[in-house]
Parts: sequence; C-alpha cells; structure tokens
Amino acid sequence: MAADAPATAAPSVPAHGWRSSKLPDMKLMMWIFLASDIMFFGTLIGTYLIYKGRSLTGPYPQDVLDIPLTTVSTFVLLMSSFLMVIALDALKRNDIGKFRLWTFGVAFFGAIFLGFQVYEFNHFVDLGLTLQGNLFGTTFYVLTGTHGVHVAIGVLWLLSIVVASYVRPWTSKDATNLEVAGLYWHFVDVVWIVIFTLVYLVDFVPGAGG
Amino acid sequence: MAIGRRDVPAPAAPDAGGGLLARPAWTKGIGSWLTTVDHKRLGILYILTSFTFMGLASIEAFIIRLQLAAPGMELVSPDVYNQLFTMHGVTMIFLAIMPLGTGFANYFVPLMIGARDLAFPRLNAFGYWVYAAGGIFVYSSFFLGGAPDVGWFAYAPLTSLSNNPGNGTDFYMIGLLIGGIGSLVTAMNLIVTIFSMRAPGMTMMRMPVFVWMILVTSFLIVFAFPPLTIALTQIVFDRTFGTLFYVPEAGGLPILWQHLFWIFGHPEVYIVILPAFGVISEVIPTFSRKPIFGYPVMILSGIFIGFMGFAVWSHHMFTTGLGPVANTAFALTSFVIGVPTGVKIFNWLGTMWGGSVRFTTSMLYAMAFLFMFVIGGITGIMLAMPPFTAQATDSYFVVAHFHYVMGGGALFAFFAGVYYWFPKLTGKLLPERFGQYTFWAMFVGFNMIFMPQHFAGLMGMPRRTQTYEAGIGLEIWNLVSTAGTFVMGTALFMLLFSVIYAFRKGQPAGNDPWDARTLEWAATSPPQHHNFDEQPIVTDRDAFWAQKYPELSHGDDGSQWEGVDFDSHGIHMPGQSWYPFLLALAIFIAGYGLLFENWPLSILMLVVLTGATYGWAFEGVGGHHVHPGDDAAEGAGD
Repeated sequence: MAADAPATAAPSVPAHGWRSSKLPDMKLMMWIFLASDIMFFGTLIGTYLIYKGRSLTGPYPQDVLDIPLTTVSTFVLLMSSFLMVIALDALKRNDIGKFRLWTFGVAFFGAIFLGFQVYEFNHFVDLGLTLQGNLFGTTFYVLTGTHGVHVAIGVLWLLSIVVASYVRPWTSKDATNLEVAGLYWHFVDVVWIVIFTLVYLVDFVPGAGG
Repeated sequence: MAIGRRDVPAPAAPDAGGGLLARPAWTKGIGSWLTTVDHKRLGILYILTSFTFMGLASIEAFIIRLQLAAPGMELVSPDVYNQLFTMHGVTMIFLAIMPLGTGFANYFVPLMIGARDLAFPRLNAFGYWVYAAGGIFVYSSFFLGGAPDVGWFAYAPLTSLSNNPGNGTDFYMIGLLIGGIGSLVTAMNLIVTIFSMRAPGMTMMRMPVFVWMILVTSFLIVFAFPPLTIALTQIVFDRTFGTLFYVPEAGGLPILWQHLFWIFGHPEVYIVILPAFGVISEVIPTFSRKPIFGYPVMILSGIFIGFMGFAVWSHHMFTTGLGPVANTAFALTSFVIGVPTGVKIFNWLGTMWGGSVRFTTSMLYAMAFLFMFVIGGITGIMLAMPPFTAQATDSYFVVAHFHYVMGGGALFAFFAGVYYWFPKLTGKLLPERFGQYTFWAMFVGFNMIFMPQHFAGLMGMPRRTQTYEAGIGLEIWNLVSTAGTFVMGTALFMLLFSVIYAFRKGQPAGNDPWDARTLEWAATSPPQHHNFDEQPIVTDRDAFWAQKYPELSHGDDGSQWEGVDFDSHGIHMPGQSWYPFLLALAIFIAGYGLLFENWPLSILMLVVLTGATYGWAFEGVGGHHVHPGDDAAEGAGD
C-alpha cells in the first residue's frame, strides 16, 4: 500500500513524532519567552520613567551618568551580536573551529560588558548613588541590574555551548540550539539599546532632561 | 494509574550524555509520581492539588460566614479575620480555580489535538511542582508567624515593612513569585504544543473550542504575569533590601502598585474564565447533539476578550481619582468587553436551540453556569459605570458580583467539566442521579450565599470588615447567606463522596459514554500511556464525531495523508526525570532563604538550582519508543 502512495507529497515525520509547525519547538518557545520578557522589561522601564524626576535627593542622573564610557560598553555589546551572527553562520557551514571561536568571542564580549557594569556600579556607589538612597538609585539599579543578570545568564549559556560542543561534538544539525541562544542574545542587546536611550541619552538631550 | 497494558517497559539502556542522577524508570509508587513527565498524570496532580486548596479556601470562607452570621460576633479577632479573607482570595484565585483550568488543559489539550504529550514534558512537570511549592509556601505562613492579611491585591503602602512588620506579606509576595514561574512556563509550553503538535489535518479552525480558549488564556498568562512578577519583586526589594519603590516619603507612588497589579489582575479574570468558557463549549454541544453554533464567532470573541482584557484594568480604580477622562475611557472599554461575552452566551443558547438536549449532571452545571454568569455579567456592567462604582465600591455588592463570575461562572463550569470528563480520567461513571441531587444542593446553596450579598452591599455593608452593627437591616441577609454555606458545604461533601464512590465502585464508562465529539473520546478510558495507538487523522471540526458519523461530515476525506507512516519510528515516549522536582524543591527552599534573609541557604539553593539546570540540559530528552500492536497479533496486519 505504501508503495503506490505519492511519495513526493508525503510529509516527513521526525522521530519524536508528527509536527504541525515548521518552526522547531525550541525556537517557538524562545520567541514566546522573549514576548514575555518584553513585558518584564517594559514594566521595569515603565517604573523607571514614571519615577524619573521624582527623586527628592541627589545624586541625579546628570551627576553620575558617563555617556562616553557607557557608549564604549554599548558598542562592545553590539559587536557581540555581530559575532553571534557569524558564529551561527560558521556552525551552519559545519566549520566547528570557527563556531567555537566566535561563540567564545560573544561570551567574552558579554563579559567585558559586565565588567564595565561592575565598574560603573562601584563608581556610582562612590558618588553616593545607592539602591536605598533615592528613587533614581532604586529604579536605576534594579532595571540595569536585571539586564545585567540577563547578560550574565547569556554568557554562562554560550560558554556552556562551547564546552558542550567538546563533550559531544556538534555539527550543523545542532544549529537550532545555537540559534535559540542567539535569539536570546540579540534580544538582550536590543533591550540594552532601549535602556541606553531612555536612561542614559535622554538626560543629555537639551530640554528633555528631568 | 492509566498505564496501558500493552506498554513496553522502559529499556534499561542509559541515554547518551548521561547525567548526575540516573534516569528513573518506575511505573508505580511514589517515585513514579515524583518523576513523572506524563501530561495525564500531571493533569491529575493539578486537579487533585487544586481541589485540596479549594477545600482549604472553603474552610476559610466557612469561618468568615460563621463570624458574619449575626452582628457583633466574636468568633475570630479582626486580625485573624484579615488573614482569613486574604488567604481565601489568594487560594481561590491562584491555587484553586486557575490551576484547575491548567489541570484540565494539561490532561485534555494533547488528547484533543491528537498528540502524545506536551512539547516539553519535563518543563510541564517542573510547572506543576513549582505551583505546588508556591501554594505550600504561602500556606506554611500559618505556622511561621501568621498568614498574609493585606487582601488578595495587597495594596501598597499597606505592605511596607513599617506598616506590616510580620512575615505574612513576605509569604504572599515570595509565594506568588514561586507559583507564577509555574504558570508562565506551563502557558508557554501549552502554546508551543498547540501550534506545533496538532494531528495531521487539524487546522487552527478545526481545533476544539476548549483548545482555542486555552491558547488565548496561555497568551494572557505570558503577557499578564510579568507585570505582577515585577511588582512583587519591587515589594520584596522594598521589604528586604530597603529600596524605595513604594515609599511615599521618598517620592514613591503607591498608586503604581495598583496599576501594575490590575494590569495583571484584570487579564487574570479572563485567565480564570476563558478555560471555563472552553469547558462549556465542549459540554453544551455534546449534550445538545449539535455542533457549536457560530464556531468562528466563538473563537474570535474569545480572542477579542483576550485583547480587551488588557485595556480595562483601571475600572478597578475608579475611586482612586484618575479623573473623568480616564474613568470615561475605561468605562467604555469595559462596556465593549461585554459584547463578545454576550455573543458567547447567545451562541451557547443557539447551540442548545433545536438540539436534542440531554439533562445530565454535567449539562445542568453548564446551564447553571449560563444563568449565573449572566447575573455576574449584569452586575459587572453596573460596576463598569464610574458613578455606580462610587456608590458600591468596597461593599458586599462587589463581593456578590465577582463570586457570581468566579464561583457561579468559572467554578460551576469546571464542575460541569468534572462530571463530563471523570469517565475519561478513570474509566468509571459518576453516579448520575446522586449527581443531580448534588447539583441542586450546590445551586441552591450558592445562590443562598451570594444573592443576599447584593442587597447587603447596596445597603452599605462594607467588605473586609470583621463585623457589623445590629439594627441597620443587615441581619437577615447575612443570616440567609451563612445558612447557604451549610447547604453548599453539604453539596461539596456529596461531590467528594460521589467521586470516591465512583472511583471505587463506579459503573464502567466505556470509551465514549456521552457520544461525544472530540478526539479525547477516541482514546481508551483511561487513556493508555501513549494516548493513541495510531496517529489520529483529522478530516473535520469535531474530529471524533466525523469519524463516527462520516455521513454527517462536511470535511475532507483525509486522502492527502494516505501512505504517510506517522509512527514509522514507533511512538516516542519521553523519559522520566528527577530534575523538574529537584529544581522546584531548590526554588521552594530558596524562598525561605530569601524570606528569613538566610543568605548561606539562599546561595546554596542557587548552586543546587544551577546544578539541576545543567543536569536537566545534559540529561537530554531521552525516553523510548513504543510500538503498539507489535505484541498484538490482530493489530499487526495494518
């Protein structure tokens, strides 16, 4: 019976069972998680903006924020996204050496960004901006800290991928695993662009400061 | 339970990658339940756990009603009374009715779409355990210094450390944070399952309405829980680390909590009610022997309700002084959301119209749902008018309103679901005649409790107040209301008794006792571990009905699937795992570490959590393949 069936039209059935969507489950899952994460960051950014200019005591944003310094760390984070793209491309071409190198590069750049953030937090505390000091401190640290935790998880994830690719050698068939991590990484990057704009840059636009 | 006779035992061969913990392979005993990833077992665990919490919430409600039976009673102190109504609300919303919907979704969504499990079985197990952990965490507060006493919405700055120095508020905040993780991951899991694992031929517009409503609900959870999670975290930070989010002296805005809470809280109402709409949309067509009336309109109404659910939150805040423009806008959106809800009511009536209606217990609950949900909806439209809310806010009128929606609405719909699906869950029928007595006791009891509260509320009786004065006309309404709790309490015991009785001695149900329409009835009762021996092929809406009565079907003939061997690899059954349970346990203990500011314990649990995450990731999906029919000679010829 199977012999005279139109084999060309027959859909392929993977070993884990029939799928009605062409998108791999993991990738769909990540998209939904990111949709949810938008609401997490949206709430934190909303809280920051609502409380902007309501601090009763200093230091205020203009007193502590250092645009040139954060521009550098922002640039590093953006470049890590570029490395992410070529890492995935390398894995899809089955160039395992390059895939490991660039994936490690993404994690390394992410770690540099985190280093900047640690320096920045220390420096701000020295300038008198604390979690408990005023509303700017409270909302700033919780918002950027949450983003930092996202970056740290991403770094850990990408390093784990590099290690895992030695434990059980990866091939281009594993590209979905990296792509899902990449989706997460790009998202965390985009969130930083929003934070950098709304928290850092806005305060230095003439007339828009609060 | 529910392990099919023909299941092949899991092979002893270890999976590639391995892990810290050996993959368990029990099929019986407590270990098999702690490590299960089977959506049916997890569904049963959800249902049993939520009914347990419902029992606790009912006891709290019973004590509240006894306290209010007559003016000036001193059964419980105002402090204990505050704890009781807070815990009653928190339990019913977060730990009873919402997870009951999740439980039905867990059990029946894969069966209804012709799948063998959810897309991420271990994540599903984790979702259950972390929900149970959150519930136990909140309830442990009774033994650790007092339960939360700030109302289920916990308005700031009532929750600040200076206003509320006890641990109760921390139990509320951290407990809901823990439970919220479970709701989120399970919602995401269900969305992927519904998009990705529908049987061949089951297009989106052929899905059962229940599955559609679960899809909409899951999206609501995905978008509504983050604002709550952040708001809870802000309070935890305020109380634990001294941040200033809701400290008015430092410029903080307590009203922000109300906005964040209700941006979650109103969608939450639909998170509770939409699965109930789904259940009703399965029960009424089955017992009317007609397809659902206006299927596409039903679906679109559900989606529209989901969208609008995010646009009405400030109607909970009409009396906070948002101003006439905001009040008018939110009044209008609240009126608009009544339209798709009304469409659904008329479509259910249209389904019954001209059908050959069978008045089973399940159908009686469904019809009572229609009646009482309309009452709750009408009072809802009244409360959507700001001038009326200004009069009725914080009164028993509001209490009556939301109990008609949540209790007479959602809960009665789920009771309809219990009577409808119990035969599928257990293979036994619930006693029908006794069920009808139970229904009438439930219906009369419920209306005795809550109908008088409308009048007490309109006469000015305030909510959340431990007692009331004699001689202002409130005695009779409260006495009737309290008397009603005895009737409804009896009904709940009757329900419990009939479930236990049927489980032990019930009549065998067969696979399809109701001549039903959807695919879960094509499986055995209870379904085998792998759900279906063969991949079901869907040719029409009401897929099982179309299989049974092809002459009544207007779908396709399924010929495009001919020759495709869907189970050529056998049926993949995911392996059991310790990690979901372990991960939830670590989060549970870390909650106490955070609450008691025991940092070594918290850090230790963070380490365990990270380790378990790696164990989970490197354990892999694993599992084995089942080949039903291989050992049965009669099935081999297919």
